[in-house]
Amino acid sequence: MNHTPHQVAITGLTKRFGARLVLDNVSLAVDTGQTVALIGPSGAGKSTLLRCINGLNTFEAGEIRVGPHVLRPGHDHGGAPVRQVRRVFGMIFQDFQLFPHLTALENVIEAPVHVLGAGRHEAARRGRQLLQRVGLGDRAGAYPRELSGGQKQRVAIARALAMEPRGLLCDEITSSLDPELKCEVLAVLEDLRRDGLTLLLVTHEIGFARRAADRVIVLADGRVVEEGPPNEVLGNPQAARTQRFLSQLLM
Amino acid sequence: MPKTVHLRALGSLLSALAVLCCQAACDGAGKPAEPRPLRWAADAEGGAPYIFKDPDDPAKTVGFEVDLAGALARELGRAIEWVQYDYIRLLAGLDRRDFDFAMNGIEVTPDRAKAFRLSRPYYVYTEQLVVRAEEDRFTTLEDCLAMDAVVGTLDDTAAKRLLDQLGIRTRSYDNQTEPYLDLQNGNVDAVFLDLPIAMYYAAGNKKLKFVGQPLNPGYYAIVFRKDQEELATEVDKAIEHLLESGELKRIYEKWRLWNADQARLHSGEIQDVLRESSGKWTPAVYVPLLLQGAAVTIEISILSMALAVLLGLPLALARLYGPWPVRAAATVYVEFFRGIPVLLLLYFLYYGLPAISDRYDLWIDLRLAPMTAAILGFGLNYAAYEAEIYRAGVRSVPAGQWEAAASLGMSRWLTFRRIVFPQAVRVILPPMTNDFVALFKDTSLVSIVAVVELTKQYQILSKSSLKYLEIGAATALLYLVMSVPLGYLSRRLEHRWGKGQ
Ligand SMILES: Nc1ncnc2c1ncn2[C@@H]1O[C@H](COP(=O)(O)OP(=O)(O)OP(=O)(O)O)[C@@H](O)[C@H]1O
Ligand SMILES: [Mg+2]
Repeated sequence: MNHTPHQVAITGLTKRFGARLVLDNVSLAVDTGQTVALIGPSGAGKSTLLRCINGLNTFEAGEIRVGPHVLRPGHDHGGAPVRQVRRVFGMIFQDFQLFPHLTALENVIEAPVHVLGAGRHEAARRGRQLLQRVGLGDRAGAYPRELSGGQKQRVAIARALAMEPRGLLCDEITSSLDPELKCEVLAVLEDLRRDGLTLLLVTHEIGFARRAADRVIVLADGRVVEEGPPNEVLGNPQAARTQRFLSQLLM
Repeated sequence: MPKTVHLRALGSLLSALAVLCCQAACDGAGKPAEPRPLRWAADAEGGAPYIFKDPDDPAKTVGFEVDLAGALARELGRAIEWVQYDYIRLLAGLDRRDFDFAMNGIEVTPDRAKAFRLSRPYYVYTEQLVVRAEEDRFTTLEDCLAMDAVVGTLDDTAAKRLLDQLGIRTRSYDNQTEPYLDLQNGNVDAVFLDLPIAMYYAAGNKKLKFVGQPLNPGYYAIVFRKDQEELATEVDKAIEHLLESGELKRIYEKWRLWNADQARLHSGEIQDVLRESSGKWTPAVYVPLLLQGAAVTIEISILSMALAVLLGLPLALARLYGPWPVRAAATVYVEFFRGIPVLLLLYFLYYGLPAISDRYDLWIDLRLAPMTAAILGFGLNYAAYEAEIYRAGVRSVPAGQWEAAASLGMSRWLTFRRIVFPQAVRVILPPMTNDFVALFKDTSLVSIVAVVELTKQYQILSKSSLKYLEIGAATALLYLVMSVPLGYLSRRLEHRWGKGQ
């Protein structure tokens, strides 16, 4: 078996919704421990790409390698490769998707207890540590409706971390937050990055991408139009599509 | 000339002729014009030998009361026209002036004598105990009591009252065929009913036998409203004349109903025959009986709902996630049971199934006990509704919740159980509680399978006592006392389950 040094290696990924081509022969790679910012205009296919990596969407052609696990077209939603890939990457959503009937701590320990079979006591101890880590040590007993947006998103991060993934897929996880709340969440991400987690982030936070990303990938109309270090791609974009997108973003 | 005008002209000509003829005919005697026919109400459904459809010619009604009505019409010089009316609603119908009088084996009781104008008795009935041919445990009512037998009888009859007085377990029916059918099928241990009924339905049946002597004599009378004194007096005279002329005896002999007891008819003044003590229907008497009915209502409601809730979930899951044949089957189930009246279902389960197992000689006994049939009927019916409620509840949980759980590695079943269902419950619970209250009230239908629940008990009691309003109010109060807390409970649950929102 051919082991790539990459955490994620995507080749020739093609995805259609009906007749609409949403991802058009996309290839990219993310190294272990890297932070990659995925930017691009609305409808470019960024969310779809992340969802394909997490096995939430199937695709028509190409392959997605995550460590030693490979997703191919027509894979089964609950099949073994998908389950293994999900153990490597956790996913965080723009609209949090906390379980509303469970407290913050219960949200965090749900999967460890019921998927990994962890003891309730031990899981709760670790869950508290994780909440501590995202700055919510004192809100373990709160229900999602009692939390602010930023707090909810940090619980969602703790929940994903509880499964001990090697990396996180983050889909515009600060987009629905006020500026101060964004900072809370971004601070947590930077902290995770320092701890060596692989991060693939869809984001519109150009400042954050410039500061924290190792690499920026620009996706437009289902294609990778440019990629490279943040200061090059964001400071001196080569592709016309990137230039147009960045100037719109600054308006 | 247009046809209508033509007909109208012909019509007026004919009526003018009729008036002329009548005047000519009546002039001498000075009698008024031919009066309109009297309307006589009776229930021909399973009503032999009183009044029933002639088996040889279903267009005809026959019976000893049909013959009696004919004889009365001749005596009164006035046509008597029969109208079909449910036996149990005869007195209410008379009150409503739907007809002129009721004659249908109606027993003389003090309460009826108080509320209605009863004619002089036209028949002396006795009651007969009937058991299965192989029965050797009991021959008297006292034996039945000792053996804790269940005795079938008719609602609101002297037979039923006597059984109740003795404290014998009864099952009451609203027609005369079913008790003997149930006796034969083993659903009751004996049947205690008026001799004419027993004579007609059981005497020729080799699987049944009469035991003991006929007992508890009483009288049948024709019932009028109090404001019909004039007509009632005429009818009294006519009955007396039929009795003296021997015509009544001839009718009864024809139907093999004549016996020595009929001699009492000669002295039959209403006042003499009122043997039952009146004014006994105090709340102390009827409230315990209503409470018994309420207990049955609660039992049926809870058990049916439990069945519906248990059965509804797999149905909903099948419709939501099943492969297509399973999904189609579940859809057919839901549409079928939502589409047929629960009354029909109850009839089928209780009367239809035994007929099937008899007909095809099945090894399995499909004779359901009344309670089983009731619970099964409502459970199957409401399962269809609950399935739809579950389905709507599950679908109300956003797809994002499924995806979030999936990305955490949770399987679909685990996600359903731990994440989706607990959230759906908050959507499911209010309509489900509504359904429970609806079911609770629907249980009043089960009287047709010989279960006496609250509404049935009300019917029986109010008809025996004629205290429709008072007992009706007590019954309504009982329903409210039960259903209002249910609504309260539902709001509490909604609040509790909804705390995570
Ligand atoms: N479930 C779906 N069915 C049909 N079309 C879809 C579906 N999901 C996404 N699409 C289409 O695919 C295209 C890419 O969508 P996607 O959500 O990946 O874009 P995006 O880059 O994440 O955009 P945004 O920045 O607005 O989130 C869009 O044109 C969208 O309309
Ligand atoms: Mg998106």
